[in-house]
Formats: sequence, structure tokens, C-alpha cells
Amino acid sequence: MSTLQSLDITRRSATTSPSPSVRESEEVAKLIDISKCIGCKACQAACYEWNDLRDEIGVNVGVYDNPPDLTENSWTLMRFTEVEEDGNLEWLIRKDGCMHCADPGCLKACPSPGAIVQYSNGIVDFISENCIGCGYCVKGCPFNIPRISKKDQKAYKCTLCSDRVSVGLEPACAKACPTQAISFGTKKDMIEFAQTRITDLNERGYDKAGLYDPPGVDGTHVMYVLQHADRPELYADLPKDPKISPLVEAWKGAAKPVALIGLGLTALFGFLHYVSTGPNEVEATDEEQAKKAIDQPDEKREGR
Amino acid sequence: MTNTWADIKNTNLVVIMGGNAAEAHPCGFKWVTEAKAHNKAKLIVVDPRFTRSAAVSDLYVPIRAGSDIAWLGGLINYLLTQDKIQHEYVKAYTNATFIVKPGFGFADGLFTGYDAQKRDYDRSSWAYEIGEDGYAKVDETLLDPRCVYQLMKAHYARYTPEMVERICGSPKDKLIQAWEWIAETAAPDRAMTSMYALGWTQHSKGSQNIRTMAMVQLLLGNIGVAGGGMNALRGHSNIQGLTDLGLMSNLIPGYLTLPSEKEVSKATYLQSRGFKPLRPGQLSYWQNYPKFFVSFLKSMYGKEATADNDFGYDWLPKLDVSYDVLRTFELMHQGKINGYFCQGFNPLMAFPNKKKLINALRQLKFLVVMDPLATETASFWENHGQYNDVDPTQIQTEVFRLPTTCFAEEDGSLTNSGRWLQWHWKGADGPGESRSDIIILTDLFLRLRDMYRKQGGAFPEPILGLHWPYKLAEAPSPEEIAREVNGYVVEDITDPKDASVVQLRAGQQLDGFAQLRDDGKTACGCWIYSGCFTERGNQMARRDNSDPYDSGLAPGWAWAWPVNRRILYNRASCDVDGKPWNPRHKVIEWNGKAWAGADVPDYPPATKPEAGMNPFIMNPEGVARLFTLGMMRDGPFPEHYEPFEAPVANALHPKVNANPVARVFKGDLEVFGTADDYPYVATTYRLTEHFHYWSKHCHINATLQPQQFVEIGEALAKEKGINNGDQIKVRSNRGQIVAVAVVTKRIRPLKVDGKMIHTVGIPIHWGFTGQTKKGFGANILTPYVGDANIETPEYKAFLVDVERATPSV
Repeated sequence: MSTLQSLDITRRSATTSPSPSVRESEEVAKLIDISKCIGCKACQAACYEWNDLRDEIGVNVGVYDNPPDLTENSWTLMRFTEVEEDGNLEWLIRKDGCMHCADPGCLKACPSPGAIVQYSNGIVDFISENCIGCGYCVKGCPFNIPRISKKDQKAYKCTLCSDRVSVGLEPACAKACPTQAISFGTKKDMIEFAQTRITDLNERGYDKAGLYDPPGVDGTHVMYVLQHADRPELYADLPKDPKISPLVEAWKGAAKPVALIGLGLTALFGFLHYVSTGPNEVEATDEEQAKKAIDQPDEKREGR
Repeated sequence: MTNTWADIKNTNLVVIMGGNAAEAHPCGFKWVTEAKAHNKAKLIVVDPRFTRSAAVSDLYVPIRAGSDIAWLGGLINYLLTQDKIQHEYVKAYTNATFIVKPGFGFADGLFTGYDAQKRDYDRSSWAYEIGEDGYAKVDETLLDPRCVYQLMKAHYARYTPEMVERICGSPKDKLIQAWEWIAETAAPDRAMTSMYALGWTQHSKGSQNIRTMAMVQLLLGNIGVAGGGMNALRGHSNIQGLTDLGLMSNLIPGYLTLPSEKEVSKATYLQSRGFKPLRPGQLSYWQNYPKFFVSFLKSMYGKEATADNDFGYDWLPKLDVSYDVLRTFELMHQGKINGYFCQGFNPLMAFPNKKKLINALRQLKFLVVMDPLATETASFWENHGQYNDVDPTQIQTEVFRLPTTCFAEEDGSLTNSGRWLQWHWKGADGPGESRSDIIILTDLFLRLRDMYRKQGGAFPEPILGLHWPYKLAEAPSPEEIAREVNGYVVEDITDPKDASVVQLRAGQQLDGFAQLRDDGKTACGCWIYSGCFTERGNQMARRDNSDPYDSGLAPGWAWAWPVNRRILYNRASCDVDGKPWNPRHKVIEWNGKAWAGADVPDYPPATKPEAGMNPFIMNPEGVARLFTLGMMRDGPFPEHYEPFEAPVANALHPKVNANPVARVFKGDLEVFGTADDYPYVATTYRLTEHFHYWSKHCHINATLQPQQFVEIGEALAKEKGINNGDQIKVRSNRGQIVAVAVVTKRIRPLKVDGKMIHTVGIPIHWGFTGQTKKGFGANILTPYVGDANIETPEYKAFLVDVERATPSV
């Protein structure tokens, strides 16, 4: 959904020419404080309602996570993990969804020009009319977020409510959250606010509490306050040190100049060969041999 | 709630027990989150399961379902033996000092006066000793062995930490840690709030569960103060409104009681409702009962209610027995009820023992369901395979479905847990042929009245005499009804000293219940709501959220009963001299001339502290009760009784296991299960994603929890070879359900009386209508017995067996 002005786009997928850089907005961020989250799924419901999405009514596979995974219609999901250590039980409930990386792997991997954009406020958005449904974004995402629709073969994910943010509103999930586990504002303010929460958690005995804003993707515009920031993997396999896959980096990085050079060399070699050896022409000896081959078909063939 | 939602942010300690606040009240729970974030409050959760509330708690203590009185009794014993109580508060504001009659006692599980034949008590010994002056005797030193304080101490001496661990299965170290944190709130500048709900009410001793915590809060001085209180989290947006308006079978609006058939006249009825003060200088505000009652009768019967006919007293129904839902369906089951109006609830899913309910409903000649949804009850006659195995050809009941609008499709008010009446406006038209409940009942009433007029009939007077003053008789508006409920002046009220001066003019709205009279000059539909719609307009529609004292009290937001008071008993927030216990969180205080502050004083504004009037002005004693006299059927002190289906004998008195006065019908007693056949403790509960049996009809809710499941602990799953996601059968002595197993660490086996007891958790939200996968009502399993005082069914503790279902199910 391209509801922000095109003036706000700083990066576009598969495009080497610069994006408009005249207008700049302050970077925003959504902060999810897992210590305040009661797993009520109001955020899931709000996301459906705001975006006019509905998903299949599935079955229970033995978990509270419903639906069991993100889909083209379910852009956010509460993931419930039970962790028991030294007789102490914790029920860690994490809201999963696009992290809106500062260096987005999906944008880097995407081969379709302008199918994925990044705005100056940090939001990473899919421009669906340009999407070819190749699925490279899924591979490129360190968090396994985008999903391809079976209906229209396009990729979908959380938009950080770019349409709401563009008119000064907070995302639907933040508005719905009853405990203010989800807050929204400038990234600067969210980092400051997170620090007060971390101090509170420290006072309650969570000495490893901290902010999840992974440097491997240059930071994200969705951040978590974690009780156990030293072990993000406890929270339904949240990656500890997410980076864009080296495969994608190479494919969109070194592979490009290498491929260009390869193309160039191939062209050069072709030209030189043509100039030196010339085109492949049919000789008189070739014609005679061909005739022979036609007149003696059976022996030759049975020999095979 | 005695306090109010936003006030919870002022607390130092939240105890969630007998409820699951984060799960069932996620929006109200934000005040707990605020208290933690801004007031450094701690949260303790006590529950058989590690719930979503426990997920954000500072301390979780497991407890066996059905043993709350033992836990809380142990806490009382701890506070008394450690002497961690608010001494001044207890002495001045509770009946700790009151002397009890010599005949009262307790032994081997029974209080004095028990009649085993009747399964009831003669409660006359449960009373104060009255002096010659007609007042109750007190001992300020608290040393008299017959004073309430000493009797209470002796009663709970049996509830040692070891005994509590044995009965509840709570590990002793966790008990002591929780009790220590709770004891800290005895300090005058610290408060604890108790947030509870159906985890306490849905037991055969539910009322006493709540009573025990009320005693704890009184011992700690946490009633009437900011951040304190007994805070019932109501389970429906307007269920508080339902009970306030007297929609229980034994009530009339404002918690007045329907007469019994023995009360043949208004005079007899009022005689036992005199509420004379039991201590000198006490207000005993219920003494004004006649004013509330007569004003109610005037609102019912208008001009027809006069002094000559006792204001229509004879036209009120009189009770021979209570007609609670368990009784009603029992009578239905016996074939004694012809027709049933089922308005806005779903008994087939909501009442216990579904098998019995089907057999009851099929005996009706006709059933009328008024509901926005096509409920299971409306389709009780329809076969849905294993989910509703009935043969429609064998059911003769005629079922009428009258679709109603729902709350967003009409104007009206909702009363929340905090006693706020909040007016709401219609947001959309109702679909199809739906009509509002007001219009449907009006239509019915006008036709009935017409038939009585034309044809006569047995006892037409109450029908013909019903006051029907609406501008459009066929369409009373919600505002008109609200104005009636507020109350108005019937006849000019003049100055008693000068009859030419009219103080209140006929027809004007009343300002509050202080203006009510028992001479027929005022009418009031519900005395506690008086003040909600005055001459100044609809107070419930106000939306000013300014909080001038930064107390969490926004007096301009909507209107709370009574008289816009947000914290009840708030006189108790100050000491006997009128100084606040906690200067940082004042509610009201005596300023030399009057009581004033952030809230409306729950006290006559100009009464000086020296007058010695106590804070609990509704009570004849003026103080709060630790000992409740004869007001609770099962005892003046709460006592641990086991649920009717229990895994162990009562460790305190095995000869009296369960509640000795809870009513059990013949036929229901026989289908209680035993621990030998059903070794696991089952408990039913709600999930955040659903509201009872409604939200399964909404696509989004159905997506968020699509299918019925049962939760069992890893240990039990291992024993039974059940894997996460397997189909399992859960059986009680009344029926069986099949559901997906959610195997979890959050339910641990508890060591109870030396045995390892497993708990099976059964969420209730699926049935045979709606968008979710079809499911079985959890009520298929539950026993048909209710609380001894108010008959709330025992859904929270009963016995089941579980096993893997065969693949073909």
C-alpha cells in the first residue's frame, strides 16, 4: 500500500537510480514490551479489522497460537512459549510480525523494481502492484515474515500501518493494546521509554532485561523489551543476531558486478572469436558426409 | 467493586485470586499494569493454573481448585499470630471488639444449631450479646474470650501453614512469601487490592470464599482506602446493572428483597427490616428501607398505589422458596413449568448437567428465546450428532425465537464493575426483524393488559395497575425509563415548618435517595440509582475525564452509584480523628468543618469525628463484620469445606466434608462422582479470545480460538500416553466430552493430603452453533449443586477421568 507520498521513499527494490530524498520524516518505531503483554490478541483482531483481512478458521493443534503461523491474511501473531528453569516457570508471549529493518533483507532480495520500498520514517512496505510473487523476500528475511498469497501470488506482511502513520495515527495494534505493551512514537523516544521499562524489570530481579534492536540489520523499527535480552531465542526462536543471509548479500552484492563482468567477457570473447575464427559455415565435405549418413541409416543406428 | 478501576493504579500489591483478571478483563487490567509501572506495585497470582495473569506476575502460587478458604484462613491465622494487622483500624472499624452470645460455638465442622434432617442451621446463637441499653456489648481490650477477635483467632488456629499446604497443595515456601508481602500492607500507608471473579463465586461455598478475603482486607485496613478494596470483576458489561436492578429471583431493585409468603402485610414485611442501630451514635442507613420500598412501589403502580392499599404491597409476588435457576430447571425437569421466557442468556450451555437441562426443556409446552443470536438453547430440540444427541420427533416444545437488537443497536446504560453507569448511543440499526428488548416486552405487556381488560382473569390488578406513563405507550424510550429509575416527585413536598413553601415540585426529577419518602410523595425505580438522571440531565452521559486530585477518580465521567461515590466506605480512609491514614493517597478528610476531598464522602458531610459515628454506615453496628451473625447460611466465620466432588476427605473434619447446608435436589445427589472412579480435579474457565457462547459466532474471535481444547499437565499426559494435539475424552459421572489436548507446563500436579492430584482445565466456549469447530458444552460434565447462600453453580471444582480418544472419534 503506497499511501505515503512517493517523496517519502528512500529506497526501492531492484532499482539503482536514487529515490526522492527531498522530504525526510523522523524515524518511527513500535516498541513491544513483552513484560506487559498479556497475550490477549487484541492486536491480532485490530490488524484484521483495520486492514479488512479475514483468515481461515482453523483447528487447535495443541497450542494457544492461532492461527498457528503468519499467513497472507494474518500479519501478526502471538507466539506462546513455556520456559521452565530451576523450578521457575515463565510463559513468554511474543507478538511476531515484520520488524521493519533499517537494512531490509526483503528489499535487498527482491528482483522486481519498486515492489518493496522503504520510507524515510523507516517503515518497509510492499507495493503489491509491482510484486511478481517470486518469494525471494521470504528467503531474504532474517525473521521469516513475508507470506505469498495463494489467491493473487503476491507477498504480504505487516505494513506498520503506513496508512495510519501517514496521517499521524498510531498503528491499529498499538491503539488496541489494553496494557500499553505496544507503544509507538519516534525511535528516539521509544528507546528512551524502553530504558525506563528495563530499569523497572531490573528492580524486579530480571537483571538481563534489555532492548532488542539488532545491529546485524542496522536496527529495526519494531523493537522488543525482553526480560531475557541475552537469550532472545527463548521467545519462540527470535533470532539472536539476525543478519541478511549471505546468499542474498552475495546474489545482490558481489554476484552483480561478477555477473556483469561475466556478460562483458562473454560478449568480448564472442566478438573476438567471430573476428578470428569467423562464423560457422557449411563446407562441401560436410554435405558429402551428410549424404552418406542418410544412405546408410540402419547399420549406423543399430550400432548404437 | 468497593473501589473503582482506575484507583487500582494507586495500590502497592495486587492479589489476583479467585479470578484471572488479565484473561477476562484485559482492558481493566491496564490499571494493574499502571500500578506496576508507576507505583512499583507487585502482583501475586494464586490459581490452579499458571494463567495469562500469572505470566505478568511477580509471584505465582499454585492452589488446588476448591480450597481457597483453607488458603485464606491460613493467611488470617498468619496475620493474627504474627500480629500483622492494622490495629487501630481493626479496633475502631470492625466488630472485632463485639461480644458474642455464650451459646455460639463450633466443633467438628459444624457451628451450633445444625439440623441434619433439614440440612440447615438455627442461627439464633450466632448473635451479639446485647446489653440492657439495647446495644451490643464490646470489649475494647480485645481480651475477652467471647469477643469476635478472640473467637476468630481460635477458629483459624487450626489453619497452620502445614495444614494449608496439606489441603491446598501450595508449597509452604510460596505460601509464606505471599503472606509476607500481603502482611506488609497492614501498614497504614500501604494498600492491597483483591481482584476476584468466578474463581471464587462458582463454588458451593462461593460467598464464603469472598467473605474470607473481606476479613483479610479488614484486618489489614484495606477497605475504604485508595488502592484497596474487595474488587469483584463482573463477567459481563452490564451484569452489575442486572443485580443492581434486582433481576435476581429473590430481589427487587436496589438490593431490596422480595417478601416471603409469610409476610402478609407491608407492616410485617418492614418489621424485620428495621435495622435499629446496634451501637450508640451509628447511622444505620438501611433504617431508611421503608422510603426506598414505598418509592419503588409508587414507581411500579403509580396512582394505584396509595396509603390505603399499602401502596400495592399485595400485588408483589411472594416467595415460598427461592426460584434461582437451579430450582427453576429442577421444577422444569419435574414437569411443573409450562412455559419459559429465556431472555439474553443460553441455559443449555450455561447451567450445569446438560443432560438434565435437555430433559427439562423438552417438558416445556413453549419456550420463548429473546436473543440477538441463534443460541444452542433456541435449538435444543435439533439433532447435531454427538454434539446434541436428541430426537426432534420426541420433543413437543413449541419454540419461539424473537430476535433482539444488541447493545450497539440501541441507546441505554451499562453498569460496570466499578458501579459506573455509562450511557451509550445507538451505533447502527439492528439487522432484519430484530427489535429492542424494550419494544418486545412492551408489545407483550400491552397485549396482555388488553386481554385482561377484555376477558378479566385471575388476579388482574398488578397487570392493570402497572404504571405506564410513557409518551408513546407502545415505545417507551430508554431516557424515559432512566428518569423513572432515578425517581421523581409525585406530589408537591412542602417545608414542614411552612406549608406555603414548596421545596420539591411535583414532576421534578429527584437529586438523590436522601429525598425519598415513605408517604407516597416520591417514586423511584431503584434507590441506589437515584441521582443518575436529575433536573440537570443525564449524568450517565457525562464524559469529563479530568482527575483534579490525581487520584484516578474522575468524578465528571459518567455517574457511579451511590450518589457518584467512587470508593465505598471512604470514611475508613481516615483515622478516628479524621486524618487520612495515607497522606500520599487521600480520598477524603475532615477539614475542621466538613468531610471533603477527591471523592464524595460516604458519611454525613458535617458529622464531626468526635461524634463517634463509624464508617460502615449501612450496618446497624456502624462497623464492618468479621463475624457475620446469621447473615450467611453456612456460618458466621468461613470454614473450609470440600467441593461436593473432591479428591480427598476434608482434612479438618472428615465427617463433614462438603458444605452442610448447600441444597442438593434428589436425583442430583445420586450422580455425584467419587474419587475412585474420577481421580482428577476438573475446573472450567474462560479465555480472553471469547465471551461465553457469543463470540464463537464472530469470525475474528473464531479464528483466534477455533476449536475446543482441554489443558492437562505434562505429568498427567505422560501417565496416560497423551501427546500434545491428541484427541482426548473427559468423563464425569454425568457425561463425556471429546476435545484436543493442550499439554502444558502451566498445570502441575499438587501434593494434597499425601496424594499427587492432577488438575484438568476445561475452557467453556464451544457448542453446536457458531463459526468455530463444533464442540461439547463443558456443562455436560458439571454437578447440579450451587452456593449455599445464592445458588451459583459449582463449576470450578469437580471430578473427571481422562483418556486418549480412539482415532475414529
